[in-house]
Amino acid sequence: MTDFLLELRSEEIPARMQVKAKEDLARLFNDALAKAGLAAASVETFATPRRLALIAYGLPLATEAVSEETKGPKVGAPPQAMEGFLRKSGLSQDQLIERDGVYYAVVEKAGRQTADVLAEAIPAIIRAFPWPKSQRWGAASVSTESLRWVRPLQGIVALLGDAVVHCEIDGIVSGAETMGHRFHHSGAITIGNAGDYIEKLRAAHVLVHFSERCRIIRDGANAAAKAAGLHLVEDEGLVIENAGLTEWPVPMLGRFESAFLDVPQEVIQLTARVNQKYFVCQDKTGKLANAFVCTANIDAHDKGAAIVAGNEKVLAARLSDAKFFWEQDLKVALDSQAQKLAQITFQEKLGTVADKVERVAKIARWLVTERIVTGATADQAERAARLCKADLVTGMVGEFPELQGIMGGYYARAQGESDAIADAIRDHYKPVGQGDDVPTAPVTVAVSLADKLDTLAQFFSAGMPPTGSKDPFALRRAAIGFLSLLLQNELRCSLKDMLVATGAGASFDTLEEFLVDRLKVQQREAGVRHDLIDAVFSLGGEDDLVWLLSRVKALQAYITNAEGTNLLAAYKRAANILKQADGGEKSSVAPAQAGAHHVSQSGTTDEMGSSLRWSDADLGIEESALRTALDAAEPKAAAALSVEDFEGAMAALATLRAPIDAFFEGVMVNDPDQDKRAFRLGLLARFRDAVSRVADFSKIEG
Amino acid sequence: MSDIAPLSFQDLILTLHDYWGKQGCAILQPYDMEMGAGTFHTATTLRALGPAPWNAAFVQPSRRPTDGRYGENPNRLGAYYQYQVILKPSPPNLQELYLGSLEAIGIDPLLHDIRFVEDDWESPTLGAWGLGWEVWCDGMEVTQFTYFQQMGGFDCKPVSGELTYGLERLAMYIQNKDSIFDLVYNNATADRPAVTYGDIFRENEQQMSTYHFEVADTDMLFDAFKKATAECESCLQHALPIPAYEQAIKASHIFNILQARGVISVQERASYMGRVRDLAKGSCQAWMDKNGWAV
Repeated sequence: MTDFLLELRSEEIPARMQVKAKEDLARLFNDALAKAGLAAASVETFATPRRLALIAYGLPLATEAVSEETKGPKVGAPPQAMEGFLRKSGLSQDQLIERDGVYYAVVEKAGRQTADVLAEAIPAIIRAFPWPKSQRWGAASVSTESLRWVRPLQGIVALLGDAVVHCEIDGIVSGAETMGHRFHHSGAITIGNAGDYIEKLRAAHVLVHFSERCRIIRDGANAAAKAAGLHLVEDEGLVIENAGLTEWPVPMLGRFESAFLDVPQEVIQLTARVNQKYFVCQDKTGKLANAFVCTANIDAHDKGAAIVAGNEKVLAARLSDAKFFWEQDLKVALDSQAQKLAQITFQEKLGTVADKVERVAKIARWLVTERIVTGATADQAERAARLCKADLVTGMVGEFPELQGIMGGYYARAQGESDAIADAIRDHYKPVGQGDDVPTAPVTVAVSLADKLDTLAQFFSAGMPPTGSKDPFALRRAAIGFLSLLLQNELRCSLKDMLVATGAGASFDTLEEFLVDRLKVQQREAGVRHDLIDAVFSLGGEDDLVWLLSRVKALQAYITNAEGTNLLAAYKRAANILKQADGGEKSSVAPAQAGAHHVSQSGTTDEMGSSLRWSDADLGIEESALRTALDAAEPKAAAALSVEDFEGAMAALATLRAPIDAFFEGVMVNDPDQDKRAFRLGLLARFRDAVSRVADFSKIEG
Repeated sequence: MSDIAPLSFQDLILTLHDYWGKQGCAILQPYDMEMGAGTFHTATTLRALGPAPWNAAFVQPSRRPTDGRYGENPNRLGAYYQYQVILKPSPPNLQELYLGSLEAIGIDPLLHDIRFVEDDWESPTLGAWGLGWEVWCDGMEVTQFTYFQQMGGFDCKPVSGELTYGLERLAMYIQNKDSIFDLVYNNATADRPAVTYGDIFRENEQQMSTYHFEVADTDMLFDAFKKATAECESCLQHALPIPAYEQAIKASHIFNILQARGVISVQERASYMGRVRDLAKGSCQAWMDKNGWAV
């Protein structure tokens, strides 16, 4: 057993790709070993900006010898078949083994040296590596077939035990030498074996463990903030990004002029984080402080004074740009900004953003006047809608598109709009996808819902629904947003009415189907079964999603307990018998009339060639019990349904469980007496229909 | 900063010329047309195509009408200078050569934090893209470092390494100035004081901003755009890629002024850019054909 070290050293690997690259390296390596019949006791991977590395612990030095047997032709097969088999196996006929009248070729494969397996595997891994983007470089790139890597590959260290595993790819030859930190260590370092890799690089100012660099950044940034009497705003994404940008991370605190704190804190945070990869800090009261933490990649001679000064200058320049935009934007009323939206195309076929705003304002107003959204006035909803996109033409949003909405909220408040309106402008893009906060403030709900409704209805009626993996207008996200708003706020309205109110075209069948599909996807995460959604939705006639979903949930609660499971089984049994009786036509068995002692003269029963004439005295106990139970349960269930009490309806149906079970137990439906048979089928049809009024049980799986 | 006086703006250029000249680059002069970036220079665009080795360095005045701020913003200009180096094929030690140039202009990498941060480059108007980084010095982007993969829609065979230094930013850094206009341009003598960048260029910024944002005759410009595209196509018919490409450069600049003038809608924008791209690609195609490189 021995250990193996592989290091692929390159020019700077993008930070965002390093974590995934570690996983890919381990996977490709393990696959290559497995293919050769090898396995390591464990594999550890490393990534820095300049290297991707792996140590495999406990590798055998050679693969085991194996004997492979191949089946050949039968004894007495035509000579051509034998010739072909011998050619393929490289043996002569007397070397074959005969067993049960069949020839077999047995080839003894000697074990392979692990070093040889690795020497083949390394170039294959490099060529197959799934970088999100890769490039060619250098003189070899005169051919487009030349080696590709994320950035130019500089060197390969491959050591099995203390010995170099020799391989070569596009002129890069494996060896034992690597480089240390770009600035702290000049010249090559010779690695002895996997065991000294980590420490030799540490001595050369390279921390190869990604997680160690993360820890140093996390702890160091917190400590730097604390030393200044501040609190770091933690950001694990930034920790990982900075770890991907450094081999020797050194977090340091810098300051900026407190005058910049006039600028909305989202702007400061965004420019610090996105543009500069800095952490921001808060003071003791939780307000943004005029300080940041940057992460350098060197231990500077002057303890970082010049680096901090430089970073402070860069941030100051960015903040002064932001402050300029903030002050300029404040000089223009949102109403006049909104007029400029007429020059921005929303979508080629769907007019300008101003056109969209006009539509959204109308829908938002309608949602309030129809009392679908309550707690807001129609004027508030319309005002907020008219201003909600105005920030798109401000300087700040031009510079930081991520701040759309947020800036509009600030500008609205600054020009004296009410909090309800400013909040609605700020939050109307929400929720952005699954998991985002769902607005509950009435004005916000009206505008946000109107915006999403308009987008969905317009794109669908213009014939641009998402297809497969292509969703260029983020309509799936809009649909999830729409549904979340509806469900969270329990907005009661017919879906069709809402779609008609958008004024976009006449037919919304595909859109409705799309929304129900999205609802299933969304609800799957909440643990709601899609077949139950189908079971309730296919009843038809009702398209109030909130109502339908609460019905689904009641159904799910019922159908997953023992009683519900039995009822479902009984339903399936009844439905099957009825189906067979009809030769496939489900609905043609007429349900026996409720409470009727004599069931007859219905056209359908006549079609079955029978009429039913007998008195209660003729009824068996089970038939009678089931009929009594149905007589009692049907009106109860109907009454419960009429007040949307699904649990009540389910409870009423639950009383049918024992009688139906007993019925199946004690009664033979397909009695030779056609009258009896028809009556029993009628009872079953009544049972089926009673259950079906609550949900289409035929859609339920299991 | 070191004890010796920091480089003046002109010495920064001269030092880079000296450094890259010693690395075997031909030190060229700027292309004598208005363009948005050094990449438009034929020494980059056309020379990045084909198999012939090519090493050059030059300053390219770069015009960005929309970035003009009437000389009032200390960090933004409507016209500035890029220093461009192109090495084909990209040498294996390109990063080291680049870092050597930073040391030559007085940046000590053990005092300042130099970083290569992912930044893939794409020029839709040139049909070109490459992978590389923006190079940070203490958090400031000072250079764009790119390995060209495609130019004018053609695979680069071989790949060139391109370095684009932002000269004003580097100078602000080296000289520790907060405003571009305070940069020391030349070297004072006992009887001749130094002049600043602002002394030389502020008036240009003011007048050109007014022109680009308020005055430029848009009818004339739309017409000029049309004429430049027609002329480009005519040159292409005559198998003259260089003059054709010059007309593409011209069209691109006119488009930039129209943008600054605010008369091109978002929708039209894509179609204008598409036209410039077609011209640039057509010129590259003609260049490949002329040299017998197109397969």
